Amino acid sequence: MDTHALPPFERLLQEQRTTVMRFLLVAVGPEDADDVFQETFLSALKAYPRCDDPRHLDRWILRIASRKAIDHHRRRAARPVASAEITGGVADPPGDPDDDLWRAVAALPPKQRVAVVHRHVLDRPYAEIAAILGSSEEAARSSVSAGLKRLREQMP
Amino acid sequence: MKELKRLANGAPERAASAASVFVARAGQDGSVDVALGDLDSPIGRLTVAVTPRGLARVIFESEDRDGALQDLAERLSPRVLEAPEVTDAARRQLEAYFVGTLRRFDLALDRRLMSRFVGEVMRRTERVGFGEMSTYGQIARDLGRPTASRAVGAALGANPIPIVLPCHRIVGANGRLTGYAGGLDRKEFLLRLEGSLAV
Repeated sequence: MDTHALPPFERLLQEQRTTVMRFLLVAVGPEDADDVFQETFLSALKAYPRCDDPRHLDRWILRIASRKAIDHHRRRAARPVASAEITGGVADPPGDPDDDLWRAVAALPPKQRVAVVHRHVLDRPYAEIAAILGSSEEAARSSVSAGLKRLREQMP
Repeated sequence: MKELKRLANGAPERAASAASVFVARAGQDGSVDVALGDLDSPIGRLTVAVTPRGLARVIFESEDRDGALQDLAERLSPRVLEAPEVTDAARRQLEAYFVGTLRRFDLALDRRLMSRFVGEVMRRTERVGFGEMSTYGQIARDLGRPTASRAVGAALGANPIPIVLPCHRIVGANGRLTGYAGGLDRKEFLLRLEGSLAV
């Protein structure tokens, strides 16, 4: 038996669903996290038999989720009212201390936003973020630090 | 930026409900290769695994479920997922069998989990009807291999679709029940249910 055979998809779903949701809640926001979650797992299910990295399924699924998150932002950006919608669409009660943070996160360019979430919500090391985003470690570092700098500037 | 983590609060509950939405959708979508469904029976929970070819596996509660699912993933397809509605026919017939309204299963079967020999033994076993019994030796003779009753016993033990393929109806020459993948208690229960053993 291959010691690194793919587990049943069922298990991947149980083991990775919370990580993917944590990622999406911040990377696309609470309004759209459920939709992008569905897109992520449906596309993962279709591609699953061709997955060549059974030892790092967390990375594999986060790679798909990252792509879906970035696509999602591009689709939104292509719509004329996008920016108003993003900032206005955050479903937090007024006066929530996280409101400003949400607005600042939502205003980040998609790639920076995704990189920041991998680093500061999921605590992934840079080497892994690079593998997930298909970039160099250096590029991953600079996306994260550019993103953080912008966040700090935008916070009152 | 520790406060960023707060934005992900509530993820476990939300992930659980999103996962059930996903499971329902994936089942309809046709991208599940091995659909799983559970049912309660008098001999404990049963899990059935159905592929586009038919019923491939019946798993007893006493078996190692994770191991059985891993086996399905490796031998059929890793796209193994809960999709109860896809398994409706198999579950309904099993339920009817346990309440005594069904004596003969009419289900398409996926026999890919059987070796050639197991497949041959099962073809013979299927001819033993509800309420009948046969012996390992008899099946071996039927196969033209009269000395192979031990191998027949092993093949019956490897039956991936118990109950539906009635390996429980095959017993030792002296009438002893001998062995069963789900445990002898279950074999005995099934034979009593069919009236082959005195209640």
